[in-house]
Amino acid sequence: MNSFRLILDISKTHLLSKIKQTVVAALGVTFGISTFIILMSFMTGLNDLLDGLVLNRTPHIQLYNKIEPSEIQPIDSDEEYADELTFIHSVKPKIKLERIHNALPLLSELRKNKKVLGATPQTTVKVFYLAGSNKLNGVLNGIELQEEIRLFNFKDYIVKGDANSLLKRKNSILLGSGIADKLSLDIGDKIQVMSTNGSFHDLVIGGIYQSGLAEVDDVQSFVSISMAQKIMGVGNNYISRIHVKLNDIEDAVPMAKTIESLYDVSALDIKQANAQFDTGSDIRNLISYAVSITLLIVSGFGIYNILNMFIYEKMNDIAILKATGFTGKDVMFIFISQALIIGFFGGLLGIGIGYAVSAFIDTIPFVTEALPTIKTYPINYNINFYISGVVFALVSTFLAGFLPAKKAQHIDPVEIIRGQ
Amino acid sequence: MDIILKTEHINKYFLEPTKLQALKDINMELERGEFVSIMGKSGSGKSTLLYILSTMDTNYEGDLYLDGKKMSHLSKNELARIRSEKIGFVFQFHYLLPEFSVLKNVMLPALKLGIESDSVIKKRAMETLDMLDIADQAHKKAYRISGGQKQRTSIARALINKPKIIMGDEPTGNLDSKNADKVFDIFKTLSKEKGLSLLVVTHDHDFAKRTDRIIELEDGRII
Ligand SMILES: Nc1ncnc2c1ncn2[C@@H]1O[C@H](COP(=O)(O)OP(=O)(O)OP(=O)(O)O)[C@@H](O)[C@H]1O
Ligand SMILES: [Mg+2]
Repeated sequence: MNSFRLILDISKTHLLSKIKQTVVAALGVTFGISTFIILMSFMTGLNDLLDGLVLNRTPHIQLYNKIEPSEIQPIDSDEEYADELTFIHSVKPKIKLERIHNALPLLSELRKNKKVLGATPQTTVKVFYLAGSNKLNGVLNGIELQEEIRLFNFKDYIVKGDANSLLKRKNSILLGSGIADKLSLDIGDKIQVMSTNGSFHDLVIGGIYQSGLAEVDDVQSFVSISMAQKIMGVGNNYISRIHVKLNDIEDAVPMAKTIESLYDVSALDIKQANAQFDTGSDIRNLISYAVSITLLIVSGFGIYNILNMFIYEKMNDIAILKATGFTGKDVMFIFISQALIIGFFGGLLGIGIGYAVSAFIDTIPFVTEALPTIKTYPINYNINFYISGVVFALVSTFLAGFLPAKKAQHIDPVEIIRGQ
Repeated sequence: MDIILKTEHINKYFLEPTKLQALKDINMELERGEFVSIMGKSGSGKSTLLYILSTMDTNYEGDLYLDGKKMSHLSKNELARIRSEKIGFVFQFHYLLPEFSVLKNVMLPALKLGIESDSVIKKRAMETLDMLDIADQAHKKAYRISGGQKQRTSIARALINKPKIIMGDEPTGNLDSKNADKVFDIFKTLSKEKGLSLLVVTHDHDFAKRTDRIIELEDGRII
């Protein structure tokens, strides 16, 4: 029998003879690892979900016409004052239309760009929603439905009815859920909107839109872009925003800069729009790691204690083994292998239980107004959690077993034998 | 003359609880095939001497030679190897691994040495157990057998690696006279036929008288 197998054989006999302590120690590891997996799967699941929500919903670049005062005021171009310091108080922006200049050529340029996955135009109209004697002010967004669905998962936010009704009927509207509640309207009902220029339009509710953000759902509804232009009384080149989705989100910042420099338009990239978001997920990740590592350290101490106890109980065995030709190293390996066996089986059970509980959590219904696309708690089944779980288990049990094993290595057999 | 074991001026001190010299200037020799008994009152230093001779205790003054080779200053690992190859030890109290079977206890030193195959070792272990009349206990766990059976198991274990010397600290202390005689006969045969040297601590005068030579200890000194 080679030395490795002999040592394993001895460890096995020791562990089996103290099956209760062995199981308790292994369950400590199991607890640590399974909690780690559950926590990480759930936390990162949640993070991915929230990230996904933002990423799905938010265009990588938004193009619009910002209304702001001109950088160069008339006085700046007057040569007489070129060397003077001039002050102008209460600068107001010039009247500008809320439309993108030359939107259609810009749109087709963007669509041709290889980095661009897609670009959709939107035309926004301020309206009053009228139903009976009620009057609510709000916003109608004219959209290109198919592109919105393809690029921004628009369909996920239609909680009732059918998004495609926009295509089927020209005067169909996807009504914000808050408006529908306030006006007690439902699918199939008629709603009248009044535009700021005083024209009235009859629309039919084809679906209910719910983003999860009350301040949006209380004012915003969607119609087809041509309907929005008609309500506004403008031509089909009147486009107030363009939403761009790129193939690679990392291109957003440079691309936004380029567009701003080439065209007469403001470009807002997703990094700027959601700067606060990254920190949120980072902190959640940090907390889950901190909690998991604490748990693993605690279970490591459990193993340390139990192995220490093992070694006190096995003093005689250690002395006998040493007296009959086993070296200190052999004895050390016997105890380290015991620790690793405990770690391995505890860890294996841990990932099993971790998986089972995660899968169970995955089936628990989780319905919230704020997240209309979510039906159950989100779980991230990332194989890395399972691999690092087992690695953690082995490393922590090794460390926990190392000191007691070192102690066993240096036990003097004569002292034990004489002490009897 | 073939000297297998030799000591030169061995002194041993215990520092706790008070300084005590347990062995005083021990000079002795053991020939190949010689069967020697060590006698002396309780506390005279017999066990202490045996632990030093067996290389388990390295904390002493003076020199120890085993098979012509100086043992003092060898590393613990080298000593462990020499111990398993050349020395079989029977403790004063039967020291077995309680959760292992009798057979496994006997086999372990040979498995560790790793020279022969498992089946050869197993076969010889069974033969040795049979010789000591406990072959029927072979598959019991060591904590489930009687004191005398334990003692015979540890004798079998001492024999498994075909050592050059067997050291025993009262190896027949727990045996009835019939079994003690049997162990004595086995020892005698081993020394006469196989050239094995034996160094046995005993309180039994009849046992000692039948050995080749008696070393008498008093207060840590050979007299
Ligand atoms: N670990 C120790 N620390 C201090 N003194 C010790 C220790 N072990 C033994 N002694 C002392 O050394 C002396 C010799 O002890 P030893 O065990 O060698 O006696 P012994 O001859 O084997 O006795 P017995 O026949 O009772 O087994 C005794 O006086 C004992 O008290
Ligand atoms: Mg003694």
